[in-house]
Amino acid sequence: MKVWLLLLASAAGSAQIQVPFERIRDADKEPGNWLTYSRDYTGQRYSPLDQIHTRNVARLRVAWVHQANELDPFETSPIVVDGTMFITAPPNVVEALDAKTGRVLWSYSKDIPKDLRLCCGKVNRGVAVLGDAVYYASLDAHLIALDARTGRVRWDVTLADYKLGYSSTGAPLAVKDKIVTGMAGGEFGVRGFLDAYDTKTGKQAWRFHTIPAKGEPGNETWEGDSWKTGSATTWVTGAYDPETNTVFWGTGNPGPDWNGDVRKGDNLFSDCLIALDADTGAKKWHFQYTPHDVHDWDSTQTPTLVEAVVQGQKRKMVVLANRNGFYSALDRTTGKFIAGRPYVKQTWASGLDEAGRPMRLPNTDPSVEGTLVWPSLGGGSNWYSATYSPKTSLYYVNVKERAGIFHKGDAEYKPGAFFNGGGQRDYKGEEGYGAVRALEVDSGQLRWEYRLHSPSHAGLMSTAGGLVFGSNGSSFFALDAQKGSLLWRFEGGGGIIANPITYLHEGKQYVAIASGHALFVFSLD
Amino acid sequence: MKRAIVLIVTGVAAAAAEGETKVKLPTGRADMARGEKLYEGHCALCHGTKGGGGRGPMLTQSKLRRAPDDAGLVKVIEEGIRGTEMPGAWALSPKEMRQTAAYVRALGRAGAGPVPGDPTRGAEIYRGKGACATCHSIKSAGGIAGPDLAGVGARRSAAYLRESLVDPEAATPEGYTLMKVATKAGGSVTGVRANEDSFSIQVRDDAGRTHSFWKHELAGIENQRGKSTMPSYRGQLSEAELTDLVAYLASLKERL
Repeated sequence: MKVWLLLLASAAGSAQIQVPFERIRDADKEPGNWLTYSRDYTGQRYSPLDQIHTRNVARLRVAWVHQANELDPFETSPIVVDGTMFITAPPNVVEALDAKTGRVLWSYSKDIPKDLRLCCGKVNRGVAVLGDAVYYASLDAHLIALDARTGRVRWDVTLADYKLGYSSTGAPLAVKDKIVTGMAGGEFGVRGFLDAYDTKTGKQAWRFHTIPAKGEPGNETWEGDSWKTGSATTWVTGAYDPETNTVFWGTGNPGPDWNGDVRKGDNLFSDCLIALDADTGAKKWHFQYTPHDVHDWDSTQTPTLVEAVVQGQKRKMVVLANRNGFYSALDRTTGKFIAGRPYVKQTWASGLDEAGRPMRLPNTDPSVEGTLVWPSLGGGSNWYSATYSPKTSLYYVNVKERAGIFHKGDAEYKPGAFFNGGGQRDYKGEEGYGAVRALEVDSGQLRWEYRLHSPSHAGLMSTAGGLVFGSNGSSFFALDAQKGSLLWRFEGGGGIIANPITYLHEGKQYVAIASGHALFVFSLD
Repeated sequence: MKRAIVLIVTGVAAAAAEGETKVKLPTGRADMARGEKLYEGHCALCHGTKGGGGRGPMLTQSKLRRAPDDAGLVKVIEEGIRGTEMPGAWALSPKEMRQTAAYVRALGRAGAGPVPGDPTRGAEIYRGKGACATCHSIKSAGGIAGPDLAGVGARRSAAYLRESLVDPEAATPEGYTLMKVATKAGGSVTGVRANEDSFSIQVRDDAGRTHSFWKHELAGIENQRGKSTMPSYRGQLSEAELTDLVAYLASLKERL
């Protein structure tokens, strides 16, 4: 009897959740789990699972569906640990689901203050798991530790005052004994930061201000007091390199978004990739993609760590298809530019100089009457993940080919109020479109594209099964990673603005994506 | 900013912060000039350069149904109108919204003037010689190939209506993009696009039949954006008849 119980327990994967840092660091040793936002620390969103592959993916069917109870956008990227899935859901909810059946194991919900200000809906992109706890950065800018078995609150700390426009929407990143978390609120004149908290006590371990204070290097790139309200938020999960103990994190637009007159200068460290020591938060280097941005091209996308041979030399790189329309590969030890080029139509720069800095063209800034520029405010791509497959050595990105008409407006700061200095309206002159593009990782050169009817707002995932999963509108699909041909598709019935994941449970591979207000989980029949 | 900002809460909060007190629109020359410039940049694409209407209603009327008072007008500019194509002007500051509203009120005061022509004779042309009801409906009576015209007189200026009659392709209505779909078997269907994504397309023909196709089963798809199946009435109707027909359409103030 005892033996049977033990067998049943292990078969059902009912072991207690216990995820020490080493498990995440060595994620490739257990490809059936999805232990952190991008599965592993590289940000590649690549899975070594190959049970679902190019020849059988056509048989993929819905295994179960989980419905959210609120009509806000559903952007979660699930975490799966030993048979339990952890998701976030609108409006401010964390749930543990049985990864086999979709049944809810526990649910945690936090009230939202009535006067909370958000630019883009009650969205959240997921949790972090470390040890026996789940970590959630809640909409009202709190970091909350939940017991992974029950969802009970262990601690709850305030990151910043939501009344001043601060919020949080990204999944935290568990690194060693700390939880690294970003923040949002780039349209409210906040001052950005990246924080780390001690998992045991919830005490702040370090804070890196993404805008240097008076007297600190970089502050001279902000005119007058504009640095105090310069935004540079950190609302998407970064990457981590255990070898050098470095956290890589993207930063958002400078504020006010579309009126740069009140913040003359390069506005460091907005629209940057920053490399920080994971123990202390000390900056190792930064690279700015869009100096003095006036088009709201946040650079918050998850960076991708890759090793590749460039001109006969093996390089450790960090790469990114930036919202500003340029793909860039950097040396991730030094932050120095290796190569880059446009990956979508762009009309605001003549190219990148030798240091990777865009050479801005005249008459491309927003104006009162409106200035037509490619790409649009949504960018060539956006917050959702690109993916890199070590099997094909290709970088895949879901792109938007679309222009915007950028307006400049008043920019008067009032605490907690919208501080954008203009905006953008859609360009109706031509219909925008989308595409999944496969780029050579060392140069950004296009290898193939799979064209889509409209620009997407959803991420990609590649697998060892030779597949790239992606979304367009309400369709979820799988492409051949080598050739870019369509192998499978599914109509989800609701807009997809999320990243896919995959996991193995009881020997069976599943693929999950949020669509509309539901999380769909697929498996072979 | 994360993406196309749809779910802006700023409007609600800003209104709450300023209280429900009466909104005072600026009257100074500089404010009006700024309002005109903002209007041309943000509003004219849909409402016409002088407020004559287009994809959006004409604004050259003293009373706006959705904006009975100035506070209501600022609110519409700020938040948009749910369930319509009118977006909230999240790119404008509160001051800029009031300047824009002041200019819209000025357009209303200037007014459109009386519409010439005989609406009764125009109604006869609509039903008879013009055969408009073949494709258009008024309160659902009539054809469906073109838009319903109930309330069109409250939404579009006489100048806009006249242009639509003589040059239908000058401004084709949203939601009526014509698509020509060719099947591999050699057949073809032309109609209004009901929906389209990367994998399929749904087209409604003039008779109201909906045709759905998987794209990989098609030989080709031609997007005829900007084209219209509506014939031009230039030369088909006399000047006097056109004037009467416009007068009739302009008299259709009552909505569904």
